[in-house]
Amino acid sequence: MTHFYQTGTFAVGNRLLDEDAASVQADPARANSITKGHRACQGCGEALGARYALDAALRASGGQLIAANATGCLEVFSTPFPESSWRLPWIHSLFANAPAVATGIAAALRAQGRTDIRVVGQGGDGGTVDIGLACLSGMFERGDDVLYICYDNEAYMNTGVQRSAATPPAARTATTEPLGTHPGNAFGQGKNLPLIAMAHELPYVATATVAELRDLERKVERAMQLHGARYLHVLVPCPLGWGSATADTINIARLAKESGLFPVFEAEDGRVVRVSPIRRQVPVEDYLRRQQRYAHLFAGAGRPDVIAQLQASADRNIARFGLLADGGEEPAERDGELLDVLATSALTGTPPLGAQAGERGPS
Amino acid sequence: MSAPDVPGRAPGAPAHAPGAPGRARPRPGEHPERPFAITLDVGSSLANRTGAWRSERPQYVRRLPPCNNACPAGEDVQRWLYEGESGGEGYERAWRVLVRENPFPAVMGRVCYHPCETECNRCQLDEAVGINSVERFLGDEAIARGWRLPAPGPASGRRVLVVGAGPSGLSAAYHLALRGHSVTVKDTAAEPGGMMRYGIPAYRLARAVLDAEIARILALGIELRCGERVGDLQSELRDGHYDAAFMAVGAHVARNVEIPGGTAAHIVDAIGLLHGLAEGERPQLGRRVVVYGGGDTALDAARSARRLTGAEPVIVYRRTRERMPAHPEELQQAQEEGIAFRWLSTIVAAGDGTPGDGTPGDAVGAELEARADGGAGASGAAAAEPAVTLRIERMRLDEQGMPQPTGEYEQLDADSVILALGQSSDLSLLGGLPGVRVRDGVVEVDERMMTGYPGVFAGGDMTPGERMAAVAIGHGRRAARCVDGWLRDVAVEPPPRGELAGFDALNTWYYADAPRTVRPLLEDVRRQSTFEEVVKGLDEDSALYEARRCLSCGNCFSCDNCYGVCPDNAVLKPGPPGEPYAIDLDFCKGCGMCAAECPCGAIEMIPEEI
Repeated sequence: MTHFYQTGTFAVGNRLLDEDAASVQADPARANSITKGHRACQGCGEALGARYALDAALRASGGQLIAANATGCLEVFSTPFPESSWRLPWIHSLFANAPAVATGIAAALRAQGRTDIRVVGQGGDGGTVDIGLACLSGMFERGDDVLYICYDNEAYMNTGVQRSAATPPAARTATTEPLGTHPGNAFGQGKNLPLIAMAHELPYVATATVAELRDLERKVERAMQLHGARYLHVLVPCPLGWGSATADTINIARLAKESGLFPVFEAEDGRVVRVSPIRRQVPVEDYLRRQQRYAHLFAGAGRPDVIAQLQASADRNIARFGLLADGGEEPAERDGELLDVLATSALTGTPPLGAQAGERGPS
Repeated sequence: MSAPDVPGRAPGAPAHAPGAPGRARPRPGEHPERPFAITLDVGSSLANRTGAWRSERPQYVRRLPPCNNACPAGEDVQRWLYEGESGGEGYERAWRVLVRENPFPAVMGRVCYHPCETECNRCQLDEAVGINSVERFLGDEAIARGWRLPAPGPASGRRVLVVGAGPSGLSAAYHLALRGHSVTVKDTAAEPGGMMRYGIPAYRLARAVLDAEIARILALGIELRCGERVGDLQSELRDGHYDAAFMAVGAHVARNVEIPGGTAAHIVDAIGLLHGLAEGERPQLGRRVVVYGGGDTALDAARSARRLTGAEPVIVYRRTRERMPAHPEELQQAQEEGIAFRWLSTIVAAGDGTPGDGTPGDAVGAELEARADGGAGASGAAAAEPAVTLRIERMRLDEQGMPQPTGEYEQLDADSVILALGQSSDLSLLGGLPGVRVRDGVVEVDERMMTGYPGVFAGGDMTPGERMAAVAIGHGRRAARCVDGWLRDVAVEPPPRGELAGFDALNTWYYADAPRTVRPLLEDVRRQSTFEEVVKGLDEDSALYEARRCLSCGNCFSCDNCYGVCPDNAVLKPGPPGEPYAIDLDFCKGCGMCAAECPCGAIEMIPEEI
């Protein structure tokens, strides 16, 4: 039997795949942890990313999962009182305290001896990299048994697209208008939370995008196999805030990764162990042009100098994480052997954490 | 915060859509001692019909894959590849889809020039899907496993005469029999098959394969009468009480040119040579064979001569390799077998080797004389005297690509010359059939394949169009459908053709990289002397792999992408794998992600009427 299917594992499923080789999202009986009727905008990357991640976590935990949610789009669009889209035990308390609430739930479960129930904390980039960072860092530092998932759409979308510490340079937001000599968000600022999480020497830190479902699901599954504080950072494009077409959400996430602007990698115990290599490399311009938040870079004579700066940061990611490492042609393979294939492109030569922690993040 | 305003929900009615968890909501004001908000139980967002936001809706479509569009036989290539991708029992399903149009998969899997592969969208990704090799695999499986064609429909009581048992005639006979008509096929040759038997050499098409596929068609109850010439169609129709006729006599008459000085003894026509070979003749061609022409028949003749003589023939063609009408695959195989070529050359005259003989003009005679002197000295007694000496004129292409004489001459020795300059049809059976028009040697037909004489249809090489077996099979099928309509007095509309699924319709990110599987070839040494099949079939693994390289352009192949990428869970999977998806329009917001991420372009966004 030839183990080849038209789409390998790039697509969500395939009618010819064995059930156990199919993705969680291909399952007709998937959990749909966030169900329909939610009020996310058309083409919302966050709604999609949250379902991808939590459905995978639910499967990995045998359905025994509790989620603590920070304030943000995800919370607002899913739970306008008294309605809820969540189909798992779910709690929202405050903007800043989701990691602490999750820690508390984990502690309570431990006190009750309930080792079968797992805990997820989650929030957007604002709740994670800015407002909730203290609680999150505490959770990391104590090693609480929580998987924290950040759905990163690179600004405060819920309140009208204000800049966060995850907003990329040059991007227009309501608070970084494209005015003056350095339009949009400033270069050289912002926090790279995956690298900050790695600095805590967590057992598991990973990045992912909504464009690579199999990769995302595998990372959730891997995270759920481990205990202690774990961190997953998922890039979720926002059509409203980024000014992109609603149908383009996945494509833009793909271009972010394929251009090198958003490196997709995994780290264990503070060091990068695997990267998801670039398969069809594109210049950053292909990514930028599809988004109104970068329109000022292309208006009139354009800002080739700024675009070159962004390209330089993508190139730096590519070099730093080895995103063009061999095996780039076949990331995902036949019959669910994705993990093994990626393992072969492991970055054994990556310097230990200490060397990286002193550097500023790629954004 | 007040209760969300959900359209269509009466105050106090259950807040939950069917199937949603939670309890009924108390009426507002039922607990006057507590603030309103905390009197409400958890409700599900299913109450919120976000489908109302939509301005466009996704719709599953079937676009026309370029392979189907290109197939002269009208095969639903994408569909049979889809069935074949399952492997196992899928092969028979695939074959059954295939023979809905073409009853000759094993033959066409060998001899078709596969325009489907030329048009295949996968060409722009890596290489075309090996459609032809999968077709052959399915055809060979069918023969090996004895799969039978579908049973004929209920008898119509109508009689149809098919003249010619070639690909077109047999295809028509098959499709007419399936529609319940009583079919008689007449052919002048001793055995059925037409050009498949008498034109295509055995090294391209094993006769056992041809026989098996023809026998399977005849087993449907078709009467075959070989060795019978239809002299006059009109009286044949009357005497045989036929209700309709389909003519497909092919083009078996070699077109000749006058070569000054050429004698019949040394000059044969290619089609006659191939016909004789099919009947078991092994003509003596000598060692120096020159083939004149640039079509597939020229290559067939040259490659046959290679096998007969053990020596390497020369093809003389007046234009360049690029402008040769022969198909590139054939050309390549011919070159592998050592066939030599003289491009930009025409034969202007032939002589028997003596100076001045048969060749007009003194200059020629002088040249030949010079050659004779030099030749005798150089080759001595070892080289036999050639039967003819050809005078070759060098050509050049003008701006329109037409060959023009240069006035430069060369000579070429030959023991025999094979002319492969095209064929024409023997149309004597038309007699004075009123209304039938012949133009440029072929019979004119309307869009129903009917001639000007009511009830008489024609197809294949005797009608306008490219002369290849797949086209003939397509003609037969189309004519059968129209004959059937004519007999039943119903109008036959051509089946609707969907919008073409071009490469731009695809999202190729999702296709795994997969280079093409190449069919094994017979070793060169055995291609020099035997008529064994040159191109071998794929083994099962490779055929399955090849089928699965199909991109399924424009047609859903159940990859679950739409189901997976919808942020609103509004794509439903109501059935088992392979069954169609459905859109839950109560919740679809119309973002278009399903359409954008569909690998094969099988979803279209349709504006809502607002």
